[in-house]
Amino acid sequence: MNEAEINLIDENGLRVDGRRLDELRPIKMEVGVLDKADGSAYIEQGKNRIIAAVYGPREAHPKHIALADRAVIKCRYHMAPFSVEERKSPAPSRRELELSKVTREALEASVMSEVYPRTSIDIFIEILQSDGGSRCAGITAASLALADAGVPLKEIVAACAVCKIDGKIALDPSDIEDKQGDADLPIAFMSKAGTITLLQMDGSLTEDEFNQALDMGIAACRKINDLQVEALKRKYISVKEQAEERHESQEATA
Amino acid sequence: MTIFAEKKQLVAPGEVLAEGSYFPGENTYREGNKVYASRIGLAELVANKLMVVPLKGCYVPRVDDFVIGRVVDMAMSGWTVDISSPYPALLPLSETPASRGMAARKDLTRIFNIGDLVMAEVIAFDRTRDPLLTVRGRGLGKVSSGRVVHISPAKIPRLIGRKGSMISLLKKATGCDIIVGQNGTVLVSGRQPKNEQVAAAAMYMIEREAHTRGLTDRVSELMNKELR
Amino acid sequence: MSTTPQLPPIGKIEQRGVIDLLAKGRRIDERKLADYRELKIETDLVQKANGSAMVNLGKTKVMTGIKIELGNPFPDTPNQGVLTVNAELVPFASPGFEPGPPSEGAIELARVVDRGIRESKAIGLEALCVKPKKHVAIVFVDVYVLDHDGNLIDASAISALAALLTSKMRRYEMEGEEVRTSDDLVPLPVQNEPVAITTAKIDGHMILDPSLDEELVMSSRLTVTTGRDGNICAMQKGGLGTFTDQEVRQAVKTAIEKGKEIRETIRGATAAR
Repeated sequence: MNEAEINLIDENGLRVDGRRLDELRPIKMEVGVLDKADGSAYIEQGKNRIIAAVYGPREAHPKHIALADRAVIKCRYHMAPFSVEERKSPAPSRRELELSKVTREALEASVMSEVYPRTSIDIFIEILQSDGGSRCAGITAASLALADAGVPLKEIVAACAVCKIDGKIALDPSDIEDKQGDADLPIAFMSKAGTITLLQMDGSLTEDEFNQALDMGIAACRKINDLQVEALKRKYISVKEQAEERHESQEATA
Repeated sequence: MTIFAEKKQLVAPGEVLAEGSYFPGENTYREGNKVYASRIGLAELVANKLMVVPLKGCYVPRVDDFVIGRVVDMAMSGWTVDISSPYPALLPLSETPASRGMAARKDLTRIFNIGDLVMAEVIAFDRTRDPLLTVRGRGLGKVSSGRVVHISPAKIPRLIGRKGSMISLLKKATGCDIIVGQNGTVLVSGRQPKNEQVAAAAMYMIEREAHTRGLTDRVSELMNKELR
Repeated sequence: MSTTPQLPPIGKIEQRGVIDLLAKGRRIDERKLADYRELKIETDLVQKANGSAMVNLGKTKVMTGIKIELGNPFPDTPNQGVLTVNAELVPFASPGFEPGPPSEGAIELARVVDRGIRESKAIGLEALCVKPKKHVAIVFVDVYVLDHDGNLIDASAISALAALLTSKMRRYEMEGEEVRTSDDLVPLPVQNEPVAITTAKIDGHMILDPSLDEELVMSSRLTVTTGRDGNICAMQKGGLGTFTDQEVRQAVKTAIEKGKEIRETIRGATAAR
């Protein structure tokens, strides 16, 4: 190793950014941030800054990819050149191609695609700033964007990663924990159905460590799902409240 | 049998609406003993049927719908019309008034050209093929004038209002002719651009606030304010 | 952009056939749910490569060739050799494969095999360093899928491991500022034996080593790669379906057990001659 490896957990059991092992980074979500897209969402998780957008259901292009009995899902996970420390070429890397596939599969499991045969539902995830766990935050945002677009879903998918640092299982790795940790386990989960739609792992875990990590990840996904539903409703409730407020104030002056 | 959601409550995909032998209507689905919402919208219970009135969604054609679309392509025997739906519509030559006659058959552009706006009716649509349109009928055909407003098709019922109350309000207040396509495309023609403008503004307000209370009053206020 | 794949139309009758048999605990080719197909491993077929292995897993055929060459290290790991894994779905391997740049399937395959080797530290990358920052050995692992009858991941991982275990390389030594390449060959230092075990889920039933017919009916798959100490070093879920957490834990347990069996077979086939 080259750069000085730092202690990822200090003597108080706290991580580099002061979190406990089972603590999520601060998360902020906003729905309906783009004008032209049918649905969109923005997420900040730690230093991750990600926008997801959905177009569709719309006509499938090219026509031959359309499926007779359901909608085709297209998904693009892409990192902006300025999203990482060293500028990244805008051309899709092998990693982005793989992540586009697993992200699509994670989201497709929730889409009721038989409702719109012969159409295409297109999902775009742009990582504006990457800080560990970006594919999970991307899925969290993209699922919100699907709901915002009015795409019929079994439920909203939440995602979160778990890592192993200094021999301990820890939730929601930041960039440095991702790079210097001993295992990375991204998970996407449907809380109502209780099923996993994305599961990947690299590193080294014993069976027990894996079970512990899986539990931690699933619990976090449930929490994130609550935040997602709240963010989705907030967009419509705020319009409702503003409108009704104006109405009441006008009634009062009448 | 238990209901978890209140009438007109805002629900998100995956939220439990009820438990028990309710019928899962539009934008809901049943899994085991529970009925869940599948789209963001307002929960409704009609008799034994649970449904969600969606706040967003694309236009899926229904037979007999009146639509306003734009001609985007021409083929041998008809035109492709964009009706703001994931399903492009076909308007065959045979579905234009017979009076057009033989000359038209040689040059389709004499009837409709690419870019023309047409008022049509959906005569066929199912899961296996694209919607079929007709312009044979009263009030159907090429649009010659007016201002086009696009709003979400999910909000069209609110724009029309109960027994047409909302749309009548707009027509009366602005003095405009307003033709509403089920596909979210609306045609407004008034004597003055200002009236058309106000009508459009009202429609966007309805689109934004369709799920709120007191909307009719706020629309009236807007009309009064702008058109005094 | 990743697009929902077009699957070759499979008749409802055939689908039902697979599922009905599974409900009775049987598979269309008479295997038990946890049985692997017949596994044949041959090594040293390509003399011009540093190592090679041809694997037949049932009718699936995958060949891996290893080339080891001198090169430069990555700037952020100046003391380490380089491992790079590529996979090619050769067009004649399946009617559905087309020539061209790697599909997402080929990329996923390569990256999952890579993870198994890299995360298990099967190759001691530090041992491949000749002169830090300047000269290291680069190990090219090229997986060539020749016949696709299902479970390409496991077959490819076995093929890659067998090829690595039987790879020979020249010794690289510094002589002043020059690198001297020895004439004699030494084995590539391999320190672990990662084995990928893929479980497929069909209508709620979990089976190992899906054949192509089974893959066309499955809703999802979960690959778990373990090393010789039973530690999990890579996992990959694929497909449009889902797994409950119970199913995942079960698949992990199975993979650790089955991995031991397959590892023994690979050791047997690649034992020093």
